Amino acid sequence: MKRFSALVEVMLRPGIADPQGTTIERALPALGFETISGVRAGKSFRFEVEATDEEAARREVDELCRRFLTNPVIENSNVTLEPVP
Amino acid sequence: MTVRVGVVMFPGSNCEHDVAEAVESLGGEASIVWHGDRSVGPIDAIVLPGGFAHGDYLRPGAIARFSPIMQAVEAFAANGGPVVGICNGFQILTEAHLLPGALQKNRGLTFLCETVEIEVVTDRSVLTSGVTPGTKLRIPINHFEGNYTCDEATLARLREEDRIVFRYVANPNGSVGDIAGICNAAGNVVGMMPHPERASDELLGSSDGRVLLRSLLASAGATAQTAGAAR
Repeated sequence: MKRFSALVEVMLRPGIADPQGTTIERALPALGFETISGVRAGKSFRFEVEATDEEAARREVDELCRRFLTNPVIENSNVTLEPVP
Repeated sequence: MTVRVGVVMFPGSNCEHDVAEAVESLGGEASIVWHGDRSVGPIDAIVLPGGFAHGDYLRPGAIARFSPIMQAVEAFAANGGPVVGICNGFQILTEAHLLPGALQKNRGLTFLCETVEIEVVTDRSVLTSGVTPGTKLRIPINHFEGNYTCDEATLARLREEDRIVFRYVANPNGSVGDIAGICNAAGNVVGMMPHPERASDELLGSSDGRVLLRSLLASAGATAQTAGAAR
């Protein structure tokens, strides 16, 4: 078995209103950040997963995202895997 | 017969005793059911109350839907038993896929705690069977994630199948279609963000929630009798 470190980023789906991102964006001009737009807020999870290979690890993490870490009605996830040396 | 209502308590629920009190004030018999149990026991209706089950960690309802009791709740609902989710209970029902859609953060990002006016849209749910559609009720809301959302196809289906149970008269949270509550196709599973148990006595500022809980008791009594006759 190999170990992988996983990073799961969960974001609201495009088109789903993100009041948190919008509020953050509205605060930016007052801080002098005039060039930043399109702010979306999300959350991320880091953990390790044991699997025979990267493909098996990805299947496992994708299933975890589908069943638990995201609500597919409103959220998407992006998974990054790296082998643990 | 006395109608028995099981009110599920999750770690972090905080409205279970209010619901039990309101049910008993209407002549029902309420019992608190622990989320870790695998059986709901001999009851005629289930209420998933408001609060912050499992701290609302990850998402409201996301962890509660995997509580051991939820398999019994799903089986009870599949058998036609009345199941009502109030506020956090509504969020749990959507996470458990007993109701479609999801509840996201309020538009405006503020926690809302106020009495609002809602309109009863249909009388085909267990919670509104005794209420004339069009009736307006004053009932408190108390939520951060009460902004109901679903895709276009689901919204069209909810409308077509007459499954929108309550609509806000003045939308407080951004809910699509001003939706304050919905039901499943059979009408026996209902979720709503407003708290009828907090409008169950004039002393609380409104007793408009009583007609809803009374409908629930009547529906539960009728279902229980049919089931009893069938046996």
